[in-house]
Amino acid sequence: MTDQNTMKTTETDQIQVSESLVQIRGLYKKFNISGDFLDQLKFKGGKIVREQEFVHAINGVDLDIKKGEALCVVGESGCGKSTVARTVMGLLTPSAGTISYRGERIDDLDDKQLLSYRKKMQMIFQNPYASLNPRMTIAQTLEEPVTVHNPDWTARQVRDKVHEAMFSVGIDPSWGERFAHEFSGGQRQRISIARALAVDPEFIVADEPISALDVSIQAQVLNLLMDAQEKRNLTYLFITHDLSVVEHFGTRVAVMYLGSLCELAATKTLFAKPRHPYTQALMSAIPRLEDDRPQHIKLQGEVPTPVNLPSGCVFHGRCPYANERCKQEIPQLITTDEGGQVACHGVAEGRI
Amino acid sequence: MTNQNQTPASKMPEVETVPTAWQRFKDTHIWNSFIKDRVAQISLTIFMGYVIMALFAPVIAPFDPYDPTQMDIMNSELPPSWDEEMGEEQFWLGTDAQGRDLWSTILYGTRISLTIGICAVLLQATIGIIVGLIAGYRGGRVDSILMRFADVQLSFSTMMVAIVVLAIFQASFGTELYQDLAMVMLILVIGIAEWPQYARTIRASVLAEKKKEYIDAARVMGLGQIRIMFRHILPNTLSPILVISTVQVANAIISEASLSFLGLGMPVSQPSLGSLISSGFEYIFSGAWWITVIPGVVLVVLVLVMNLLGDWLRDVLNPKLYKG
Repeated sequence: MTDQNTMKTTETDQIQVSESLVQIRGLYKKFNISGDFLDQLKFKGGKIVREQEFVHAINGVDLDIKKGEALCVVGESGCGKSTVARTVMGLLTPSAGTISYRGERIDDLDDKQLLSYRKKMQMIFQNPYASLNPRMTIAQTLEEPVTVHNPDWTARQVRDKVHEAMFSVGIDPSWGERFAHEFSGGQRQRISIARALAVDPEFIVADEPISALDVSIQAQVLNLLMDAQEKRNLTYLFITHDLSVVEHFGTRVAVMYLGSLCELAATKTLFAKPRHPYTQALMSAIPRLEDDRPQHIKLQGEVPTPVNLPSGCVFHGRCPYANERCKQEIPQLITTDEGGQVACHGVAEGRI
Repeated sequence: MTNQNQTPASKMPEVETVPTAWQRFKDTHIWNSFIKDRVAQISLTIFMGYVIMALFAPVIAPFDPYDPTQMDIMNSELPPSWDEEMGEEQFWLGTDAQGRDLWSTILYGTRISLTIGICAVLLQATIGIIVGLIAGYRGGRVDSILMRFADVQLSFSTMMVAIVVLAIFQASFGTELYQDLAMVMLILVIGIAEWPQYARTIRASVLAEKKKEYIDAARVMGLGQIRIMFRHILPNTLSPILVISTVQVANAIISEASLSFLGLGMPVSQPSLGSLISSGFEYIFSGAWWITVIPGVVLVVLVLVMNLLGDWLRDVLNPKLYKG
């Protein structure tokens, strides 16, 4: 499996290296859930054997994030969206596969070597109540990244930079003396965005940045993010499970299911003509005010556990089009006529 | 878009004063709970009284108990001044077996006991915080090794370690050197014997804190591990540190007193509360009860108020008991 992937990597690398900012190649991430060494020992058939169990959070994801785009990753809870985001940011180390930034591999660097990339890549977190240090004032929170990345700046330069970042997200610089708990959720999320913008990044990973917010605030924060993208020419990797946000915000959409990429296409294409059976089911679930809307597709059963992955295509157990091949062979991403990419044997064979 | 950017600013009243640190403190739960809690107020007042006694002992004390010229053996074992038959006006709590003024000796003794208690706890806290932070933050093998060290240390009782170390030191370097270094030795022994208390508490809080997103945010910013540990995690684990510190100071004072009582603590020439109790113990049946009882009461009250303060602080800082 990995061999196949590395072969594919070299091929695709040459085509896409020029336009993509971040490249994810053959990414795997598994988490050990069998506890420490003594917990792993089991007595079976008269012998003591060591058994380990893993949660397979990401299973071979290939993804290119192009400069200037907003790539949205969607999928249901537990499908590995956030794990992809965290792995890209270096918060988790991949079990296999590579992550490159502007063609330079970054997943195997240590903290010091990563520092220059940290300035270009920033992250906005889901929960604005937990992502700000409760014991630091807003000014301290915002000044810290600026001073770390520009150690030779004077206090005045740092302050000006922080004020600029605060203005750009619509918070008054005079609030700097206050603590995070004195703000509402929307204000806190603005502060987190200001913290990310303070170091002038070019790539921002946003891990469900509006899920924890009030609906009326969601639009404000979303517009703020789009505004920042326009002004600063940012690239986003935007994790969400709100499809209406994707339609509004995304340049391209990646659909994930159980740690694998199902479909990757331009937003308009994907919403107009979803190819993968899972994407079709997902799209039919969007509530619409239309009389003649297509029938809601009901998937049978539950998402399988990521501990024991299904063989072949991870979706085969719930797919209405699955056949024998789907149960045995893992589908690879193929390019469709519309320019998107789909990992489905049915689409490849022209069945769907 | 510009409109939306301005909304949060316009929501706030126009004249906006940032509260000062004191105003902020007056709004806190801890202050509100303090002004309601009589026990805490009394305890803190008594404790502050002890601290003032200790700090200004040379000013308050009528005699210098370390100065042999001010001692007169003829004044030995005088009862407190309220005893009409034997008491003398100038020694209001009486004198000890060497003719030292008991009040002055208690003042200086409190000073020594508090110094040893606080310094020992500072040492415990320093070792414990560093070990706990590293163990909790790094996790894995580092955590296992450091915590096994803590378990080994905890399996020896403090008193046993202290008695063995101090007895060996006294035997090998002689009583004279021991008397000079007694205070440092007591601080070291009590400090080193009790660090796992801190290490365990801190590690537990670190494990809870490091899962929070602000730590991820700090890592994404590119901050170093040491900076994250000390600037981001440590300030968020301060409440349990504060609580165990009050209890640990009381424990350290008790340990010091016990060791002094056993003759392994402060020498008679520089008595702490514990060695005063011990030195008066021989005379208790000859009627000179005050040499033991008065320092004993002073010690018990000191430890009691510290424990009451610790209890109050634990209740205040425990989010489960927090009732808004």
